[in-house]
Amino acid sequence: MRVHRAVFARGLRRYSTYRAATVAHVLTNAVFGVINATVLLALFAARPEINGYDARDAVTQVFVAQALLGVSAVMGPPLDLEDRVRNGAVAIDLLRPVSLQTWWLADDLGRAAFQLVFRSVPTFGVGVLLFDLRYPDGLLGWAAVLVSFVLVAVVAFALRYLYALAGFWLTDTRGVWAAAGLLGPVAAGTLLPLALFPTTVGDVLRLLPWASMIQIPAEILLGKDTLPGGSVVGGLALQVFWAVVLLALGALATSRATRRVVVQGG
Amino acid sequence: MTANHPPIVEAVGLGRDFVLREGPFLRRRKRTVSAVRDVTLSVQPGEIVGYLGPNGAGKSSTMKMLTGILTPSSGRVRVTGLEPSRERTRLASRIGVVFGQRTTLWWDLPLRDSLGLTRHMYRVPAADHARRLAELTDLLELGPFLATPVRQLSLGQRMRGDLTAALLHGPRLLVLDEPTIGLDVVSKSAIREFLLRLNAEEGTTILLTTHDLGDVERLCRRVVVIDHGRLAYDGDLPGLRASVPTPRVLVVDLAAPAPPIEVPGGRCVRVEGPRQWVELSANPASVISEVTQRHDVADLTLREPDIEHVVAALYRGAVPSRD
Repeated sequence: MRVHRAVFARGLRRYSTYRAATVAHVLTNAVFGVINATVLLALFAARPEINGYDARDAVTQVFVAQALLGVSAVMGPPLDLEDRVRNGAVAIDLLRPVSLQTWWLADDLGRAAFQLVFRSVPTFGVGVLLFDLRYPDGLLGWAAVLVSFVLVAVVAFALRYLYALAGFWLTDTRGVWAAAGLLGPVAAGTLLPLALFPTTVGDVLRLLPWASMIQIPAEILLGKDTLPGGSVVGGLALQVFWAVVLLALGALATSRATRRVVVQGG
Repeated sequence: MTANHPPIVEAVGLGRDFVLREGPFLRRRKRTVSAVRDVTLSVQPGEIVGYLGPNGAGKSSTMKMLTGILTPSSGRVRVTGLEPSRERTRLASRIGVVFGQRTTLWWDLPLRDSLGLTRHMYRVPAADHARRLAELTDLLELGPFLATPVRQLSLGQRMRGDLTAALLHGPRLLVLDEPTIGLDVVSKSAIREFLLRLNAEEGTTILLTTHDLGDVERLCRRVVVIDHGRLAYDGDLPGLRASVPTPRVLVVDLAAPAPPIEVPGGRCVRVEGPRQWVELSANPASVISEVTQRHDVADLTLREPDIEHVVAALYRGAVPSRD
């Protein structure tokens, strides 16, 4: 546990050195948030309500999505592990007396913690300043949002860990990212709230792991009854489900990869 | 090195096959290649063993099997009594591994913090860590760059940092994969002296692969040569020299240039002005006396065959395995 705390702290500290990059990211996320929000406001000016979403819900989700881009990494970056699998440096990681998966989980949660504080908060703040957003009910509502955002970080890690381990079999995971980087944001609800999709498509996408990184946390913040079981608890349960399943798959893939597949490089 | 100590490394009939898929898509054929075949090897506590072989001979594959990151296809292996591929994580805390071409340190952290992270990883008590770090700092002269981020270290400094990281938890076996690659003469010799001292004072067993025959001559009492996946030689350095017909050479400096020397038991192989190289096939003493009688000699040196030529000859298959 001590080592994981140390790795977490190091992940956090590492990102804290990229100050200019963080400012640039917040700026980009805010600008895209404003553009998306303006487009959606135009849409909702023509139709005041779509599948239970009104203009205020839609604009709020836009800023949740932009705020979570860093934490969820739906459009990247990949884990550093991915490069290490490709160039064989993963051999070094495997020679440590610590599980590969928990090591990288601690590292990535350090990254996510930094992103949550220094990217999510200011990006959402821009939305608060410029638009009329909807907020959760009371302290309990905000607490549920915080738990949900932490689960976003776990799901985000577990999914990218699987992408990275694919490298043991595929040699190069650029293809994985080409597909995931394109489909992931759509399925997550980053591009458009899933409520704007045809209902069946939206309902299916909601159940996939990507939605647990943007759409589900947005609905938890908005307190929507489209969540599984119609409640915030149902939404959190779905996120926990994906976190557990994806981490378990990751553990399985780790033992397969190290037992059957060759570590690359001399 | 008493016989009742269990060996640190014990491999019996160790082998590893790789399946390659070749040819165009849809018409791919599988071909099995043996990287390592039937390697039987036992290393006792306190030994320093050099593991030599040309590129692609199976050195790295063997090292990966010994450290648990590659599962053998055949045979069995025990390292410090553990089965590496099944007990990799447990084994990791008993051994130290350094890859000359990779680093275990974190490029963004100062060396001291990198080593601190290593301490948590191996669960070394703080007091032990501090004592050991002080010793290693002294021996490897880390002091001037302990606070420097790893990415700013020179290769020689980084290698000393990596050695420290591998030794802080007091491993019984140190596995080194080309530890002196790319280093200058001074750094090489510092590392070699350090390893000898570590072996002598703490009894750490050392297993190293290298292409640097200076490493072998300075460090290894025992040499194992692998070629095409098979053991080609296992024994001491003089034995390796004797196993290959690489003759000793007498370098003769004559007072003046002369035609090639002809003496019984000697054959002139090279002439450069007044200097001539004579390959010996008989007792050097008799050849030397013949040469000095017949020629006006300014200087004489007898050259032992260097290990580089011996191993090269062995790689070319000049010698059958000794069993």
